Amino acid sequence: MKSITGKELSTLLASFKNELGLSINNDSIIVSPETIIEVCKFLKEDPKSSFDYLNSITAVDYIDRFEIIYHICSTKFRKQTVLRVTLFGREDLSIPSVVNIWNGADYQEREIWDLMGIFFNGHPNMKRLLLWEGFPGHPLRKDFVDTRKT
Amino acid sequence: MSIKSEPVVVNLGPQHPSTHGVLRLRVTFDGEIIKDVEPVFGYLHRGSEKLAEERNYTQVVTLTDRLDYVSSMINNQAYCLAVEKLGGIPVPERGQYLRVIAAELQRIASHLISTGFLLQDLGALGTPLMYCFRDREEILQLFEMLCGARITVSYMRPGGVFSDAPNDFWPALNNFLKEMPKRLEELENLVVGNEILLIRTREVAKLDQDYAINNSVSGPVLRSTGIAWDWRKLEPYDVYDELQFDVPVGKNGDNYDRFWIRIEEMKQSLRILNQCVKKIPKGEVRSNVPFVIRPPVGAEAYGRVESPKGELGFYLVSDGSIAPYRCKVRSPSLINLTILRKLLINWKLADMIVTMGSIDINMGEVDR
Repeated sequence: MKSITGKELSTLLASFKNELGLSINNDSIIVSPETIIEVCKFLKEDPKSSFDYLNSITAVDYIDRFEIIYHICSTKFRKQTVLRVTLFGREDLSIPSVVNIWNGADYQEREIWDLMGIFFNGHPNMKRLLLWEGFPGHPLRKDFVDTRKT
Repeated sequence: MSIKSEPVVVNLGPQHPSTHGVLRLRVTFDGEIIKDVEPVFGYLHRGSEKLAEERNYTQVVTLTDRLDYVSSMINNQAYCLAVEKLGGIPVPERGQYLRVIAAELQRIASHLISTGFLLQDLGALGTPLMYCFRDREEILQLFEMLCGARITVSYMRPGGVFSDAPNDFWPALNNFLKEMPKRLEELENLVVGNEILLIRTREVAKLDQDYAINNSVSGPVLRSTGIAWDWRKLEPYDVYDELQFDVPVGKNGDNYDRFWIRIEEMKQSLRILNQCVKKIPKGEVRSNVPFVIRPPVGAEAYGRVESPKGELGFYLVSDGSIAPYRCKVRSPSLINLTILRKLLINWKLADMIVTMGSIDINMGEVDR
């Protein structure tokens, strides 16, 4: 499995559109939340890239920002890459859902909403996955306080 | 005069012998036909990802045992690979071979459980399951020799394994490798080709390849649709690139293919084990790693293995401290359940039990 670096990926995307708000990292590209749907759709449907498999979605809380990391790969060309989205702020965070592009995002996005508190717009069933409705807070956030401990 | 009828919602689980753990399904039935399924998770949620953030890198190994508790060795391996990527830790060759031996034994044990319970769900009460458990017991005894534990092994460490195999491990392993093919053949003669098994599983709950890929399905469930998608081949870790083995693939993506692939994979695992026993070199089993590991600030790593259920991945982020800043588990059992609704709708209740068995989930990993 070959890894596509951020630079190669941006040349792939250049044929599609120039101004996407991308910035290039070593192993990945950083996509803005507004264009994530367009970029993902292009990467999946373009015959040259055909990233048809979503490995995982991870959310990381960096206190001043949240990062959402998409690991995707192509079953046809046997290559993989990483997309990143940065969200600033801590209240009412939301990002478009990629569930219409890769249905495998379904439970993973629900899990991120449950544990990290990032809402995915356009998801057909955006409910908590592991915890019950009415649970106070989102436990994987760094500022979450476990009331049983204090 | 017509009889008035309406769909009925039935709760299956969380305590139910056929759901392989505490999975709850809200099923809408029209008579015996399934019209809608909604899985409800979280009954075994222990917050492993949060707990990992307060332990140092070596201590987290014990948490990974408890994710998929029937394949602890492979969980250890996935986590250790991620830490090694994160900190650039080398692994001596003997350590890598010992890991592969442990992982392949564990794969056989996990597939035996899956096969045994699938047959149990089909109504073969007792005999095949007991045969599978008899063979699994021998593997657990081998693990006891390796590390003193049977289920929650914690055998691997970042940088290798925590101790070399004792001298009496090798004769016991050779004996197992001699006996196991006969026992697999016995199990195959007993069940594969059985008419009830064929009628109940062939063409039942078929999965389309494109749909499976779009739903991020992995492991035997994806391979049953005809694509050779195995991370041991795609991105060889440890010493898998030096070993010869095939990836069995199915054709139809039905319950029978998923069942059959697991039996074939056990044979391939035996093949790998035989090569490992011959090729394993002498030397150190663990590189010189401090108990408290401090990877560089801002390092990120995604380590993955082919677990018996599919692609098991650990995504680790370091902030330079002794504990992972973020430890995400990509659990194959949870993501394989995405296709559940599509597979079950318009089949009957009895087929649902068999389909659940053929997907082979583990709730410790689904809920984490």
